Amino acid sequence: MPSTIISTQNLTYSYNSTRAISDISFKLEKGDYLGIVGPNGSGKSTLVKNILGILTPLSGSIYLFGQPQNEFRQWEKIGYLPQKLSALNTHFPGSVSEITAMGLKKRKAHEIKNALDMMGIAHLASRLIGELSYGEQQRVMLARALVSQPDLLIFDEPTTALDPETRDIFYSLTEKLNRTNKTTIILVTHDIGIIGKYARRLLYMDKKVLFTGTFEEFCASSEMTGFFGSGSQHIICHQHNVLETIN
Amino acid sequence: MLITNILSYEFVQRALITGVLIAAACSILGVFLVLRRLSLIGDGLAHVTFGSVAIVLLIGFSPLYVTLAALPLVVVSSIAILHLTRSRRIHGDAAIGIVSSIGIALGVIMASLSGGYNADLLSYLFGNILTATQTELILSFIIFTAVILFVVFFYRDLFTVTFDEELAKSMGVKTNRVNVILMILTAAAVVSAMKIAGIMLVSALLILPPVAALQFSLSFKSTIIASFIFSVISVIGGMLFSFTFNLPTGGTIVIFNAVFLVIVLFAKKMLRTQR
Repeated sequence: MPSTIISTQNLTYSYNSTRAISDISFKLEKGDYLGIVGPNGSGKSTLVKNILGILTPLSGSIYLFGQPQNEFRQWEKIGYLPQKLSALNTHFPGSVSEITAMGLKKRKAHEIKNALDMMGIAHLASRLIGELSYGEQQRVMLARALVSQPDLLIFDEPTTALDPETRDIFYSLTEKLNRTNKTTIILVTHDIGIIGKYARRLLYMDKKVLFTGTFEEFCASSEMTGFFGSGSQHIICHQHNVLETIN
Repeated sequence: MLITNILSYEFVQRALITGVLIAAACSILGVFLVLRRLSLIGDGLAHVTFGSVAIVLLIGFSPLYVTLAALPLVVVSSIAILHLTRSRRIHGDAAIGIVSSIGIALGVIMASLSGGYNADLLSYLFGNILTATQTELILSFIIFTAVILFVVFFYRDLFTVTFDEELAKSMGVKTNRVNVILMILTAAAVVSAMKIAGIMLVSALLILPPVAALQFSLSFKSTIIASFIFSVISVIGGMLFSFTFNLPTGGTIVIFNAVFLVIVLFAKKMLRTQR
């Protein structure tokens, strides 16, 4: 497997005449845990949707696992959890097992069970998705993203509907997958505390990339102090246990 | 007249088989359309079918081939609805409304140019399954087979696209291909179904069986099968009832479908009350 999982060059996308992201270039190596942060409307989700082929960039290039994105076919290598489903129909007649199995090319019962067990929802396997609470639905979607044991996981605001206990379980799981299986992870979130605690690299963007690098570099960056304010930067860096390093 | 006597006529047999095949195709396609909130596409395409039939009659096609000749314009319109919806500037319901009103306007103009609403055009508006031709029987068989093959070979893609189109794209599903095939088959089913229910009622065949099936909270596959069963029972029941009591066949089939839905909704409410 190539060591570069994602590579983008000068990626630009516009919604009608409004520029959403501009000249985004970055690389993601195997085993990275990248946190993407930025204010509302900064283009974080748009960037992810371009990478996944949901949106077609205006210009620039995207490579996935060393292949141009438009030639890439091994989509089961990528697990994606969207910020929200476009419009989940509460009458959708799909069971939790069926929804989880969407992530697999061929339905394998033991893999579905493992994914549901990981998210603590094995007992809901035969229930229809529309009958579940929003938090339970989110756990089903997480199970679907994990079921194919992908090499790359992309989470867009993954825990907004989860209770604190399930949220901790989820992030511990992502950390474990990243450390033991070398699963590459992109986490898009507003929660800078979470980014500081779990991610190992950070990309800060506001339509264009303003910072990309390790937390050590982030914490030492006076430019980032200007963006975040010293208090917020301090919290992020403290979470990442590098405060002593910069002192 | 005894049912067995009625069924001994070749034209009745042909009408029954054509009706069952097309209603079944509509009921299966309808599950995907209803769940994607595109139910009214049947109505829109039926209106385009009116315009298309009026053009075909004005040109002077033989009544034997009207269904076949009306098909291309309706297929093109279904793709137009899809593209308008994708433009992000127009909502799906507005896209259906635009194409639908153009279809009706064309129909009215063409009917006027041909000297008013003649008997042929009115028979398409309200349907007359008993006049189904051999060509229409073959066409309905082809459409039914195409729908079954589409669902069998694209089941995973259809399931994913129906659940969430963006998610499907992120999984590498060629959503555009799935949508185009779905629209073309829907257009073909609507054109063929005008003989059963008439242009005015054709969308009922796409909407009522799936909505009734969805009330049972079954799995995806079981919902498709339940919708299929409801539609077939309604067509057979509706046709035999209409023959026996000398009622319009199209309307009776639609009322049978509606009665099914009411019974299902009532039974569901009763079950909830008992719990």
